[in-house]
Amino acid sequence: MKPFLTLVQRDIQLAIRQGSALTLTLSFFVIAVTLFPLGVGPELNILARIGPGVLWVGALLSCMLTLDRIFQADFEDGSLEQLLIGPLPALFMVLAKILAHWVTSVLPLILITPILAISLNMPIDGVVAMVGALLVGTPVLSLIGGVGAALTVAMRRGGVLLSILVLPLYIPVLIFGVAAVEAAIALLPVAPHIMLLGGLALGALVICPVAAAAALRLATE
Amino acid sequence: MSLAAHDLSCIRQERQIFSNLSFTLSKGELLWVKGRNGAGKSSLLRIMAQLLSSPTGRIEWAGQDISEDPSEYLQNIRYIGHQDGLKSVFTPRENLQFWIDYLGTGAIKPALSALELDAIADSPVRILSAGQKKRTQLAKLLAVPAPVWVLDEPVSSLDVHFIDLFRDILKGHIASGGMALLATHQDLGIAGTRILNLDQLVVEGGE
Repeated sequence: MKPFLTLVQRDIQLAIRQGSALTLTLSFFVIAVTLFPLGVGPELNILARIGPGVLWVGALLSCMLTLDRIFQADFEDGSLEQLLIGPLPALFMVLAKILAHWVTSVLPLILITPILAISLNMPIDGVVAMVGALLVGTPVLSLIGGVGAALTVAMRRGGVLLSILVLPLYIPVLIFGVAAVEAAIALLPVAPHIMLLGGLALGALVICPVAAAAALRLATE
Repeated sequence: MSLAAHDLSCIRQERQIFSNLSFTLSKGELLWVKGRNGAGKSSLLRIMAQLLSSPTGRIEWAGQDISEDPSEYLQNIRYIGHQDGLKSVFTPRENLQFWIDYLGTGAIKPALSALELDAIADSPVRILSAGQKKRTQLAKLLAVPAPVWVLDEPVSSLDVHFIDLFRDILKGHIASGGMALLATHQDLGIAGTRILNLDQLVVEGGE
């Protein structure tokens, strides 16, 4: 357990030191979401209609921005091979790095979402469901993204390929995430959608670290 | 405790680099892996560090085949590769501290002073020279002790003074019952070194 926490802590520290990851995703998210009212016009009912979708797509895309960073820096400086032969089994090592990615790049987005949601004229019920759905659904984004990042780690310009690999797999999260918020706005039960997101998250938690660890083994050979 | 390799081979991109390679290493022994460029020195060391798999043969640690569960063996080796594995925004002290925490136990102070890193211990790694980075990388061997050192070009980019210093550290490790696998181009001149020549595939020398 100690190596796991040490690694998570190191990756968070690195992200804070380098600074770019935190501010990059956050400013991209805010700018992308604020572009929509400018594009479709300031009519409040239109904004309320598209709000959940805009926020989810914004979160999906901003999360993509830093995915390639999960393993690439460690791969390039040789830390990754040292981590692979360390005391932590490869899949927990992968999980620690994915967790650190979620904390540094995704959690700030969730924290700022209520403000953006209110600016898109989303009712309070919707805001609560939005944050809840993001908390349950975004770990899936980081986990699936981790597999993509591991597969493209040895490529020089893997970023675009990574998006093509990963974005289609994000579709279920997007569908259930938006459905949860729309159900809350329509005062319908939210729980089924959140549970489906939870199911996706648990499934991804089991499958993705194994796949990512295998991909990393191949990349370092 | 001893390390034995039986019938290892290495194939890179459908080209056979070496095959049928066996050696043993017991307490207090240093094996110098020699060979021309491309003879497979680095590949052999990566196989020994379990970063590369050998399509044939096996590695035994204390008489046990490690293929089933390499974790115990891996706890006993330190691998120094071509890439330094240092985080450029961290200082040497923070880098070493991370590996100490991650790998379990260790002490940072003696390692820093043994490689004369005290003066630069708190500067970020990105401003260090290649030699200083190499020394930080080598300090990990002392900060987190392990019986088997797998060293791929450990003295590249070190100056004469630090090559001598490292030779003494390596001698100390061997004298205290450690083992080392070493791939270098220059002879470190340590008495009792056994030689594994990949060009001829024979183990020579020793005491």
